[in-house]
Amino acid sequence: MKHHYDKPLTAERLTALCQSAGEIKKSILRMTAQAKSSHVGCGLSIADILTVLYGYVVDTALIKEQSALRDYVILSKGHAAAALYAALAEVGIIEKALLATYYENGSLLAGHPLKGLPGVEASTGSLGHGLSLAVGLALAALHDKTEQRHYVILGDGECQEGSIWEAATMAARFALSSLTVIVDYNNLQGLDQTQTVMPGPLEKKFEAFGWVTEVIDGHNHQDIIQACKKSREQTKPTAIIAHTHKGHGISFLQDQLSWHYRSLNNQELLLAEQEVKIL
Amino acid sequence: MRVTFFNELLKLAQEDPHCYLLVGDVGYSVVEAFARAFPERYINTGIAEQNMIGVAAGLAMAGKRVYVYSITPFACMRPFEQIRNDLCYQQLPVTVVANGSGFSYGQAGATHHALEDIALMRALPGMTVIAPGSAHELASLMPEIHHHKNPVYLRLGPAETCLPYPQGSFTIGSSIELLSSEHAVIIASGSALARAGQICQSLRSSGYDIGVISIPTIKPLTLSFLSQKPLLRAIITIEEHSLIGGLGEAIGYQLARLHKKNIRFAAFGLKDAYPHEAGSRTFLTEQAGLESNYLIEEIKKILATVPEIHTLNNQEIYHEKRA
Repeated sequence: MKHHYDKPLTAERLTALCQSAGEIKKSILRMTAQAKSSHVGCGLSIADILTVLYGYVVDTALIKEQSALRDYVILSKGHAAAALYAALAEVGIIEKALLATYYENGSLLAGHPLKGLPGVEASTGSLGHGLSLAVGLALAALHDKTEQRHYVILGDGECQEGSIWEAATMAARFALSSLTVIVDYNNLQGLDQTQTVMPGPLEKKFEAFGWVTEVIDGHNHQDIIQACKKSREQTKPTAIIAHTHKGHGISFLQDQLSWHYRSLNNQELLLAEQEVKIL
Repeated sequence: MRVTFFNELLKLAQEDPHCYLLVGDVGYSVVEAFARAFPERYINTGIAEQNMIGVAAGLAMAGKRVYVYSITPFACMRPFEQIRNDLCYQQLPVTVVANGSGFSYGQAGATHHALEDIALMRALPGMTVIAPGSAHELASLMPEIHHHKNPVYLRLGPAETCLPYPQGSFTIGSSIELLSSEHAVIIASGSALARAGQICQSLRSSGYDIGVISIPTIKPLTLSFLSQKPLLRAIITIEEHSLIGGLGEAIGYQLARLHKKNIRFAAFGLKDAYPHEAGSRTFLTEQAGLESNYLIEEIKKILATVPEIHTLNNQEIYHEKRA
């Protein structure tokens, strides 16, 4: 299978990714503001990761045709669904017009991903499910000797779920090297800082569970690309601890707990969109 | 019954290279043949049941046909939400095999009992709930279960001698008439079937005209026999499960929904309480309200209230009240 990152990482390509990220972030802002939904901050936190995964790392043509050999992207932290929809629309897996139906009656674009929408591999939202699904998929791929890869986006708060560590243990047992976990490490969860509620060094934990780990800036596209590329060369599963900011890029949203819940009013939306343009 | 399950599974796995078995570190002496025959497709996923269901879902997403096996509470209660979201919502063909119906693990204590599993599994949209009443029923249903497109909950209990089966095959949703009567039937499923058969035979030997129907498929529930028995005036259900949410409640609801006002209905099952003592399956089951002699007397009282039902010895039986 042809991987995008086999192509040279030119300045043009990086600029294009930057533009895509801007579009995705603006979509997240608009969708959540229009729907008056929560989780705008959570979406912005992973916007760059999704930009790079869909814009560079995985072959979206195979996803579009639902090939059995496609790479899987599983958004285990399903509450950032708006970001996933925006990214799927940006690469043409779903129509951009669909984004306006987010939260609408009868729409496939719910607050958490619903299987049935093209590009949504799993119905997530209850935290701690996605990694086990990916372990099953990766095990099948290992037995079927396919070359596909399995990317799972976990929240740092999500890693408090015991099932994550059940799955992490099994992934190491079978040396599921097709697995690349990206932990969206923004250090904020529902009510507090993640490291206050359930402290513990995630990188060392994954290491102790037999994983390769990599710590990156989760908003730096080159970092994300390099880490994904490196994970492809491992003989073990990889956990990329991506340091991120909830509400990244918008001065009055960034690192504010309240934007886990609040939605932007019209004036705030305009301000926020202007800040994205500057990027 | 689990021996039958693993024998049948082995046959299916020989024909289907996509057939996987995941076990939650239980099944000593019954899983080994599968493990030896298909080491890659047998995984002891350890004492980690949430992950076991999630991995089964992932394998199924990749086109595998997966069975997960554990003791009932660990198979379906510990990972309930994984069964709900990963299997049922996503409509994946995974069979959750729960061993130890009712008080089968009697002496093991209440943590190992299964009083509420059918209620839980029935409530899940898209879940097919099967409690075979005998090894014969299980073996007959296994090929169909294997090709089922959606999740299945398979409740296994002790293998007990049952009444002889009629000729012919049956399918998911079949009602199987083991002793015939046009006027009164005991309906049972799963591990209550043997007791139901004994109770029925006892009543018949006392001259009561009453039959036994086995209904292994609790969801979706089909009461196809109703239309074939216009003279039916009493239905009694017996189950080794809480009276809340089990076979009896499911059938009672259907009778009410169908306005079967002329059918007297009574449900017998386990009382709504956890036992706080050790005991054999028989001891605990009887303590919980399923003692056979008690049931026989209760059923006689019920039949006595239905004027159309008389004893087999009475020559003037079955005068239909026709308007």
